[in-house]
Amino acid sequence: MFDDGTPIYRQIADQIKAEIMNGSLEPGGKVMSTNQYAAFYQINPATAQKAFRELVDEGVLYKQRGVGMFVAEDARERLAADFRERFFERVLAPLVQEARQAGISLTDIIDYLEAQEGARK
Amino acid sequence: MSFSATLRDVTLKYRDSDALADVDLELEAGKIYGLLGRNGAGKTSLLSLLAAFRKPTSGEILVGGEPVWENAGIVSRVALIREGGDFDDSDTVKSAIETGQIRPGFDTAYALKLAERFELPLKKKVRELSRGKRSILAAVCGLAARAELTMFDEVHLGMDAPTRDAFYKELLAEYMDRPHTVILSTHLIDEVANYLEEVVILDKGRILRHEEVEVFQNMGATLTGPAAAVDEIAAGLEILAEQQLGGTKSTTVAAFEAGTRERAAAAGLEIGPVGLQDLFIHLTEPNRNGA
Repeated sequence: MFDDGTPIYRQIADQIKAEIMNGSLEPGGKVMSTNQYAAFYQINPATAQKAFRELVDEGVLYKQRGVGMFVAEDARERLAADFRERFFERVLAPLVQEARQAGISLTDIIDYLEAQEGARK
Repeated sequence: MSFSATLRDVTLKYRDSDALADVDLELEAGKIYGLLGRNGAGKTSLLSLLAAFRKPTSGEILVGGEPVWENAGIVSRVALIREGGDFDDSDTVKSAIETGQIRPGFDTAYALKLAERFELPLKKKVRELSRGKRSILAAVCGLAARAELTMFDEVHLGMDAPTRDAFYKELLAEYMDRPHTVILSTHLIDEVANYLEEVVILDKGRILRHEEVEVFQNMGATLTGPAAAVDEIAAGLEILAEQQLGGTKSTTVAAFEAGTRERAAAAGLEIGPVGLQDLFIHLTEPNRNGA
């Protein structure tokens, strides 16, 4: 379920962010409790709590005492910039590097992407 | 309530040899700890001291803030589960379970529910149980003790993989239901890593490391690539292991920081994670210098 390289709490935080971005978690919506996460993933509840703490610090979630954890109204806007940056850094940069090693030019890639986009229309 | 556990300058001698030497350890209440160490590192000695099965040669042991030795009020709420349990072989499984009722927190209904879930034959004699079933009986009694400090010493031995999995699940459920302090001593490190909050590594009777589990998970990395490039990045880092195949080298390093990760990635090296188990093996390597 988890890859070994990244701390689990970060993987959970990333997953919650992805769920907010793809709409399965709505702004203002309630997030499952630490214990529910811990039971689902079979992890120490403190690990799940660490993920939530990080998201609260980033303003993605907010806590309502005694009620639970909720998605911030502006969470999607906050995350959008992050995701954009990460897309270039983690997806495109390695792609370009790999293409270079294989002798694929930037023009080849652009042509390919445009053809794909054309096929979709 | 759950118990903290403290060892202050504790030494335990068996005849001439030190099972534990000058151990200082502070375990906060309400966490799940992993206690790791090679055979003979002192794990069982340490747990026996916390359960007041033994008296230290010197030093102080506090459980729930009180000296644990000859302290019935505390000891009755501390459970140490050893592999195979401490049962009377001629008892039936049912009466072995009911023996647990001497503890104030023991939950017989829960014990019987677990016994059913793990398919323990209640009418059989303890001596007729397989090694695996006997371990389960011990684990069931440990969970149902509902102690404030529960210690499982290699209790998984003899359990098959699905049973161990069910046991960990039950342990976590019980822990979340009723926060208490848990110490798991085990060799199956990667199997329990996700359940732990902190890890204590014992080596030759001393505490080698005591850290949050994430610290260990970030501690090491294996770098693989052209030998010269690997050596350049690994220079100055603590090297835990090296192997080479032709021109390709694979080096496991400790203290792997973000900056190094970036340099390694920029050099085109493959960066692999080092599991807690592998790290443990490297850290407790007999020929290793320093810690």
